[in-house]
Amino acid sequence: MGQTFLELKGVTKIFRIGGILRGKKLVAVDNVSLAMDSDEPTILSVVGESGCGKSTLCRMILRMYKPDEGDIVLDGHSYSNPKEYNPRQFRMEVQPIFQNPYESFSARKKVDTYLFNTALRLGIAKDHREAEQRIDETLRSVGMSLPSVRDKYPTQFSGGELQRISIARALITRPKLIVADEPVAAIDASMKMNIVNLFRQLKDQYHVSFLYITHDLSTAYYVSDFIATLYRGCLVEYGPAREIMEDPAHPYTELLMNAVPRVGDKWKEEMAMPDTEDKEYALSACKFAPRCPYATEECREKQPEMTNPGKSRKVACWHPLIS
Amino acid sequence: MLKIDHLSTSYRTIDGKVHVVNNLDFTIRDNEIFGIAGESGCGKSTLLKAIYDIVEFPLEIDSGRVILSGEKDGRPFSCESGEIRKTWWNHISYIPQAAQSVLNPITRLKAQFLDSVPEKIRERESDQHILRQVGQYLEELDLSPDLLNAFPFQLSGGMRQRVIIALATFLSPNVVLADEPTTALDVVVQRGILMMLMRLQKQLKNTIVLVSHDMGVHYQVTGRMAIMYSGSFVELGKTEDIFRSPIHPYTTMLIGALPRVGDRGQKIGIPGQPPALTDPPSGCRFAPRCPEATERCRCEVPAFREVKPGRFVACHM
Ligand SMILES: Nc1ncnc2c1ncn2[C@@H]1O[C@H](COP(=O)(O)OP(=O)(O)OP(=O)(O)O)[C@@H](O)[C@H]1O
Ligand SMILES: Nc1ncnc2c1ncn2[C@@H]1O[C@H](COP(=O)(O)OP(=O)(O)OP(=O)(O)O)[C@@H](O)[C@H]1O
Ligand SMILES: [Mg+2]
Ligand SMILES: [Mg+2]
Repeated sequence: MGQTFLELKGVTKIFRIGGILRGKKLVAVDNVSLAMDSDEPTILSVVGESGCGKSTLCRMILRMYKPDEGDIVLDGHSYSNPKEYNPRQFRMEVQPIFQNPYESFSARKKVDTYLFNTALRLGIAKDHREAEQRIDETLRSVGMSLPSVRDKYPTQFSGGELQRISIARALITRPKLIVADEPVAAIDASMKMNIVNLFRQLKDQYHVSFLYITHDLSTAYYVSDFIATLYRGCLVEYGPAREIMEDPAHPYTELLMNAVPRVGDKWKEEMAMPDTEDKEYALSACKFAPRCPYATEECREKQPEMTNPGKSRKVACWHPLIS
Repeated sequence: MLKIDHLSTSYRTIDGKVHVVNNLDFTIRDNEIFGIAGESGCGKSTLLKAIYDIVEFPLEIDSGRVILSGEKDGRPFSCESGEIRKTWWNHISYIPQAAQSVLNPITRLKAQFLDSVPEKIRERESDQHILRQVGQYLEELDLSPDLLNAFPFQLSGGMRQRVIIALATFLSPNVVLADEPTTALDVVVQRGILMMLMRLQKQLKNTIVLVSHDMGVHYQVTGRMAIMYSGSFVELGKTEDIFRSPIHPYTTMLIGALPRVGDRGQKIGIPGQPPALTDPPSGCRFAPRCPEATERCRCEVPAFREVKPGRFVACHM
């Protein structure tokens, strides 16, 4: 293994909800450690149910939130050291793509103004002509072109087209990392495939890595090199996508995989789907224990440590499903 | 039974009429889960609105009608577009797309529910009595009757959707229309809700019309299904048969594009865009994207015909 490109070191984010005095603490991201290598561009998917902290994790990587504990290191530069932080450099290297493309663009602004702003403000292009060239080239890599986008407003594009334009906007700076938070959630099946195929193609073409946040496990399986499963803010499983999804080690990953509506494999009538509603859980226990079909006394008492079954995998479980 | 009889609808816009449902003619039977799949914007929600009789400006019915018939409490009934409204909740109910956000977040669920109970029933029975019955029904579905006292914002999206389904089925309607009931939810919650719908259907032996653009959901839940493209059906049949041997090239490509766990082989989305409904191509609407299109496809609209018993396809090939 070579150098790490992005490293999360015990990252924690706590939200305080309600008043200062009687407010509750909500640990949205709980002591997450993860690393992406720099040898080759990779696609890392983060999966988990609604509210498990995926977007919060993204926002910390994008520097929109400061972690309450832990640190993030990008290309050797620590987020916690202000001297190492150059906002312009950061915006060149890390670019976001959001879920709803109609929210990424204001309805009253022409779409191409965003593209020109990115190209000119960050000093990627010296003048308008150079910017045009760069924008056109980038739009073509996502199957569009500057002439087809010029002078148009967001409502004149379909959801899929607009999402491709926002991917192009992110690519203009030739970033090293694109953080995509649910980029295909609002898009239908066929267009979804076009977008995730585009990720694969861009990964090779521009050597860009992706952090792909999604509910959609089948596209995560299809497109990613690595998968991280989050449960209530905790990283519970991490490893190569195929291994994890074909042969989950954590019962929660198994539960997620069993819930995917697969074609060709009908659901068994009454397979228990442990419910997802909030239940009180002891802070010191495994957070998944109340829903886990394999939970034992141990699980309800102590939080499991991260262990390494196999070479490349990590799992936080007292009774992993693989040894 | 729901008979959709040569139904065409359109939206009135400043640029003229946009035809969104074109001459649909098919029947949804009693005691089945019928699925409708298709790309975003193909007209799935519009069709459900027309069936449910919410035909309000700018939507209008250009021709044809919907006939809802069946038997409830031993009494046969039949009504058609224009009258279906009067049977809301009793014979037919509707779970709109993004229903979870349709609920008023700051009004208690019980008040919102009572608002939707038909006048006739509220005149006959006290609110207390109705709420007690609803509470019992929620319990039968493994939901807490206390939910009725909750405000929607206090519930998760999945819980809100369960309550909405419970309320929509409380009066045991003959037909339940569900528009993308699980699209915004994560897989585990989605599975719970789909299982709840399937269980309810088995119990009530009624009809559920399920709209979803997730083909996996159709495979798991529906018995028969239709594939919609640009305002018309291109294929209809038993769900199993459609997945096993799709006939229309659009269906074939749609199924071929689905990623599957265990198979990382390259999958390709359908190239191109669906046609603008304001300016549809003359012949088959899928022809511009179809790898097998011929001259005939580009000029002549293919008829939606029965190619095998129970299997309908609109394709020249
Ligand atoms: N700004 C905030 N203030 C308070 N709580 C927050 C804030 N942002 C997120 N949370 C809470 O933190 C938890 C994690 O939220 P987050 O949005 O990261 O989840 P998610 O995994 O992205 O969910 P989804 O799949 O629904 O997008 C949730 O319980 C959420 O309510
Ligand atoms: N009020 C309206 N006025 C004009 N056009 C409309 C109106 N509502 C919908 N349309 C158009 O009708 C077409 C079909 O819309 P509809 O909502 O039925 O699609 P859908 O298949 O349900 O899509 P989705 O999967 O995105 O929900 C779209 O092109 C849409 O723009
Ligand atoms: Mg999120
Ligand atoms: Mg719709």
